Amino acid sequence: MGWFKRLKGGINTTTKQKKIVPDGIWGKCSKCGAAHTTKEFKENSYICPSCEHHQRIGSVDYFELLFDGEWKELFGKLKSKDFLKFKDLKAYNDRLKSARKKTELNDAITVASGTINTLPIVIAAMDFRFIGGSMGSVVGEKIARGIDFSRENKIPFMIISKSGGARMMESAFSLMQMAKTSAKLSQLAKAGVPFFSLLTDPTTGGVTASFAMLGDINIAEPGALIGFAGPRVIKETIKRDLPEGFQTSEFLLEHGFVDIIVNRKDLKEQLTTLLTLFKAQPPVLKPSNGHLNGTTKKVAG
Amino acid sequence: MVFLEFEKPLESLYEQLETISKVGEKGDVNVDEAINELQAKIKNKREEIYHNLSGWQKVQLSRHPNRPFSLYYIKNMCDQFVELHGDRNFGDDKAIIGGLGSIGGQTIMFIGHQKGVNTKMRQYRNFGMANPEGYRKALRLMKMAERFNYPVVCLIDTPGAYPGLEAEERGQAEAIARNLFEMAQLKVPIVCVVIGEGASGGALGIGLGDRIFMLENTWYSVISPESCSSILWRSWDHKEEAAEALKLTAEHMYKFGLIDGIVKEPLGGAHTFPDETVVILKQHLINQIQELRSLPVEQLIENRIEKFSQMGEFDE
Repeated sequence: MGWFKRLKGGINTTTKQKKIVPDGIWGKCSKCGAAHTTKEFKENSYICPSCEHHQRIGSVDYFELLFDGEWKELFGKLKSKDFLKFKDLKAYNDRLKSARKKTELNDAITVASGTINTLPIVIAAMDFRFIGGSMGSVVGEKIARGIDFSRENKIPFMIISKSGGARMMESAFSLMQMAKTSAKLSQLAKAGVPFFSLLTDPTTGGVTASFAMLGDINIAEPGALIGFAGPRVIKETIKRDLPEGFQTSEFLLEHGFVDIIVNRKDLKEQLTTLLTLFKAQPPVLKPSNGHLNGTTKKVAG
Repeated sequence: MVFLEFEKPLESLYEQLETISKVGEKGDVNVDEAINELQAKIKNKREEIYHNLSGWQKVQLSRHPNRPFSLYYIKNMCDQFVELHGDRNFGDDKAIIGGLGSIGGQTIMFIGHQKGVNTKMRQYRNFGMANPEGYRKALRLMKMAERFNYPVVCLIDTPGAYPGLEAEERGQAEAIARNLFEMAQLKVPIVCVVIGEGASGGALGIGLGDRIFMLENTWYSVISPESCSSILWRSWDHKEEAAEALKLTAEHMYKFGLIDGIVKEPLGGAHTFPDETVVILKQHLINQIQELRSLPVEQLIENRIEKFSQMGEFDE
């Protein structure tokens, strides 16, 4: 028995409300280990000032980096449930509870609508901290609804992927989210609304094998791990070491699966350019009489 | 015949039946009664064994070496069949086969994972694990079917897409994703049947259709029980538990509304009665295609997408 009873359970401010980053707190780069203040990290778009490594960040961090100030969260109430009563070493229900507590998020994806340099966009951003960013029913449903919202309002859609793949604890339901999101994207494409896929570290498994690879434009952050099978599985399969740089963004660009690699600092600007390009409408081209009469000027070359 | 552990009680009965039949053939003794008795015993034993299978036992049955594979079904179902090869881009994958066949005057595009029947062929077929060019061959054939307005039948039987170095280089993820995207909008009916193993994205890569079925003794899930055990239990020893936890049997999948129906196998399974199973599957496909044919294309596609959109369980 302790002498004192703690009445309040520690810090009560939610991460969402926490706006000010104190100057004096230090963070470590997850790659080179260099220590920088959190302020330095934040001001550098969470890229290590020493080695340029892009740190893993959450959905809200991306929204802060990309949106013009305000954004509106969509479908935030959707919550995963343990309908299979899945239990491995830990019950899925307990995993969900602790993930919610740790991240203060309802699931591994947040959808928001806002503007980037005044150009409207809907962004669905994944949170790796929530059970490895795994895709279950909620992730699939929020993406599907986000796509419907984009399609109905003719607003470009973007997914920021950061995930280990499908959520095993939802078994075949999680697998079917691949089909669901891809089918929905086919409707978006048919409606002529652009879809940008941003692949960040890491993007693997069922997420890569569905929406992440289906962007009209596939963008990757530098040095991200992107692949279908995990490196460990491949190594065990082929029984030899993997080549340097295998399954990185640069590797995917080289093999033709990514359009551009964009440094996070330039991301907003790059997206602005793309949104402007997609927004630009060609002058209405109607066949003139001359054209119908076959007297159009021929252009050489 | 190969007998799995839980099928062992049948093995001695089969042996006895064979011995008695041989005696009977010599014609000295009338063995009819003994044979009838044994056959009744076998039937009872089968009912006992196959009516109460665990998830893991279904997984084992789905991999039974005597189980028919895609080409066996296709060749025995079709009046004519021409296998077509290659993705017109990189090569010809041996783990996914495809081609044009006809059943009762209807031309159908068949696509399926293919496993090998012996050690040499298993290697040749890469154990039914496709590379990207397999999925791209499948897509090429589906697009062709669309042009000529032929329905597509996909037979699923894979332990997963191949997790190899070259597969990654050639875009395994993109190939599967592209198939999902294109199959959602394909303007002809697609009927998919899991005939063996339905593991993960490798299975789904040819698994988006208007109707999804599973043969009785098959499984379909996001991951194989072995891999699930190794990841979540951090050991390979919990595959039985994983198989139960994943709820991967046809009964579960149907109850969850993730498949449209279960195709019953003869008592004793497709591995014991391959030709009977061919007949059952053939009739089933004819019925399904006929039903789907009656729908206008726009309706077909809308229903297809809506069906997958409904999949998911959550609170709101």
